[in-house]
Amino acid sequence: MDPIHQFQIKNLLTFGHIGGHEIAFTNSALFMLIALAVIAALTIGATASRALVPGRMQSVAEMSYEFVADTLRSTAGSEGMKFFPLVFSLFMFILAVNVIGIIPYTFTVTSHIIITVSLALLVFLTVIVYGFYKHGLHFFKLFVPSGIPIYILPLVTFIEVLSFLSRPVSHSVRLFANMLAGHITLKVFGGFVVMLGGLGFLGSLGAILPLGMTVALTALELLVAFLQAYVFAILTCIYLNDAIHPGH
Amino acid sequence: MADKDRADDARKKGGRDQPSAEEAALSARLRDLGERLGRHHPDRPSDSGPRSTADPSAIARGFRLSVELVAGVLVGAAIGWLLDRWLGTSPLGMIVFLLLGFAAGVLNVMRAAGVIQPNRLDPPNKRQ
Repeated sequence: MDPIHQFQIKNLLTFGHIGGHEIAFTNSALFMLIALAVIAALTIGATASRALVPGRMQSVAEMSYEFVADTLRSTAGSEGMKFFPLVFSLFMFILAVNVIGIIPYTFTVTSHIIITVSLALLVFLTVIVYGFYKHGLHFFKLFVPSGIPIYILPLVTFIEVLSFLSRPVSHSVRLFANMLAGHITLKVFGGFVVMLGGLGFLGSLGAILPLGMTVALTALELLVAFLQAYVFAILTCIYLNDAIHPGH
Repeated sequence: MADKDRADDARKKGGRDQPSAEEAALSARLRDLGERLGRHHPDRPSDSGPRSTADPSAIARGFRLSVELVAGVLVGAAIGWLLDRWLGTSPLGMIVFLLLGFAAGVLNVMRAAGVIQPNRLDPPNKRQ
């Protein structure tokens, strides 16, 4: 009945201790591996036949490729396609993990902020490293907007830097908070059904309302799972675009 | 007397007709302008029908904007707090950076909402 209980990390297998920290295979790691297996089955297994006229699974794999490639091309240009492996991996991983998390008795990996922060920092550091590699110190011009009077330029530059630094925060918190809030809401309404169902006939009648709500919320969660993976991917594309393009 | 009334009526009618012709010309010009603008922004949908308030993507959009604002403020507060700890300037760093962080948050929201152009490395005149 505890709505937070579903987010608990459990050690399934302890490998040993490094520096006083337990190194263990947790349920979170297990569901990451399951997500990887699902993605691998889709992208490697379903396209193994290489049919000219794709079958059902092969066309799902092809559609997911086209979808991410179109998103990347439209936001970061064809030059951004060198980052396609990164964006595709992020999108497929988050999508698989989110969708698996909706199934009852599973664990939602992205409901832990440490996971989303790592993914967001990966993108953030990629942008910084590639930006300096490609443009050198010219990359700092990202923080200096043109056409600003000189006397407020330091202030504006400072605000731009803060805005840049806040990117990984909003990038990660959005995914984390959406998954956490959605799953807690789902659990709370599920708890209402059980509580009302224990109150006899009238309670069972009343339990129909939260049950309907749970059904509707599950559909909404499926949408949110896809939408958040898409939002994460498209923001990655937008941020990468800053690093890639001197001219648009 | 009756003739004069009729003449007045005719003038009024004419007076009414004239603006309607002008209006037709004006609306034609507006349509033309709208078409030209549509060509400039082909990505914008031409119809702006009312959107349902229960639109889930609108909820996602709203959530995205609020997170952008909060992220700016949080980053500003964190930097201010760290500076205060290192330099012992409490509470000046917190005050200044909280305000700057708020400004950065508003900038984030305006970028995310598409009110202002996203920042690019090049000045706008270099673009095609």
